Formats: sequence, C-alpha cells, structure tokens
Amino acid sequence: MNLSQIIFLVVGAVTIISAVLVVTLRNLVHSALWLIVTLFSVAVLFVLLEAGFMAVVQVVLYIGAIAILIIFAMMLTRRAMSDEASQTNGQWPASLLIAAAAFVSLAGLLNANAWPALPAADLSGTVRQLGLALVNLNAFVLPFEVASVLLIVALVGAIYVAGEKR
Amino acid sequence: MVPLSWYLTLAAALFCIGIYGVLARRNAVAVLMGVELMMNAVIVNLVAFWRYVQPTAIGGQVFAVIVFAVAAAEASVGLALIISIYRRRNSVVADDMSLMKW
Repeated sequence: MNLSQIIFLVVGAVTIISAVLVVTLRNLVHSALWLIVTLFSVAVLFVLLEAGFMAVVQVVLYIGAIAILIIFAMMLTRRAMSDEASQTNGQWPASLLIAAAAFVSLAGLLNANAWPALPAADLSGTVRQLGLALVNLNAFVLPFEVASVLLIVALVGAIYVAGEKR
Repeated sequence: MVPLSWYLTLAAALFCIGIYGVLARRNAVAVLMGVELMMNAVIVNLVAFWRYVQPTAIGGQVFAVIVFAVAAAEASVGLALIISIYRRRNSVVADDMSLMKW
C-alpha cells in the first residue's frame, strides 16, 4: 500500500461518512454543512486524479455557489418545518433497500471487469488545453455556447419563478 | 497507484447515498441535496475515466465541465421552484406538492 492509496482511502472514508450524515441528520442546516465537507473531499479526489482545474471548479462552483444557495433556501424556508418533526417519509425502509441493492449490484459489476491501469502522462498543460478546446471552432465551442445559453435561461427562469409577483 | 475500480466503487457508493436521500427525505431542499450528491458521483466517474482511459484527450474534462454547468442550472431552478411553492403553500414537504396549479 503506497501513499496515494492511503490518501485515497482516508479521503474516501471522509466522503462516504459525511455523505451519509447529509442524508440522515435531522437538523437540515447541519446536513448542509456536512454536504460542504463531502463536496470538499470530492475536490481532493480531483486533485488525486491530477485534474486541478476540476478541483478549483468544484470548490468555487459547488461549495461557493450551490452549497451556499442550498443554505440560503433552507434558511428562507426554515419556519415551514421544525427540526423535531420526522425528516423521512414512510418509504424510507424501501429506499434504504433500493439504495443498498443498487450499490451491491453496481459494485459487483464494477469488480467483475478488468479496468485499465493508470497510464503515465504529462498533464502539466491540461488547463491551457482545456481553455483552448472550449473556444476552438473545430473542438468544443458549440457545447460550450449551448451550456452558457442553458445557464442564462436557467438563471433568468429562476429569478422569474422565485421573484415577488406584484 | 490507486486502481480505477476504487474510484468507481466510491462514486457508486456516493450515488446510492444520494438515491437514498432523494427517496427518503421529506424536505424538498434535502431532496435537492441528494440530487447534488448524485451529480457529484457522476462527475467523479467522468474525471476518473478521463484520467485512466485517455488523459491526453481533453474531451473527458470538457464533458465534466458541461455537467458542472448543468448541475448549477438544476440547483438554481430547483431552489427557485421550492421558494415559490413555499410562498404560495407555506410548505416545503415534497409530499404536499401534488398539484400542478393552485
């Protein structure tokens, strides 16, 4: 067992434990804070995968924007649900069964296959390559523009839906 | 060296925890947190496959960036809908949201 495997196991354990706390804690503000821990340890996984740009985007976009947005929405709607009331609906045993069955079958499928080993590669110029590919007419400029239009439409729609109607 | 199957197993576990959160939680904001966990598991898979299968081709990372954008759009629209429903019905319980028009 070498150093990267030990780091992976520690980070993976933090990810799984905090994710379990996200879906089981009764106090929703606490579970949102554990969500931030989960997202941060996934960012560490991206660093382990040598995808530095993904790690930065994960911290800036997921923790900085989405997690904060979730906490905001939670605080705006806090009075509708007290922390003492049950946070799970009646189908939680069936949900647990479905999630466990999905994990067992996925893990069985994953470990029945032979996966490629880690190829050695020089990844120092990846961020530059990614930036050039996103604006290159022969590469990914169309998906990039479609994604930006999607974001604009979603944000305008969100403001319209959530805004005060007069 | 970490084998690829470890990353995939971790992502599968994260995805299944997300499934449990989506199915079992009553609060709609908590359901959305489960969806975010599932999205993150998918992005871990994409980046792991990029690194292990074709690290020189940049397409895998572009795919992950697009999924990030979609996740941001999904979260903003979902939370806007929840806040709108809270204004009208004074409830954030997913079971109460059973009408298309009020």
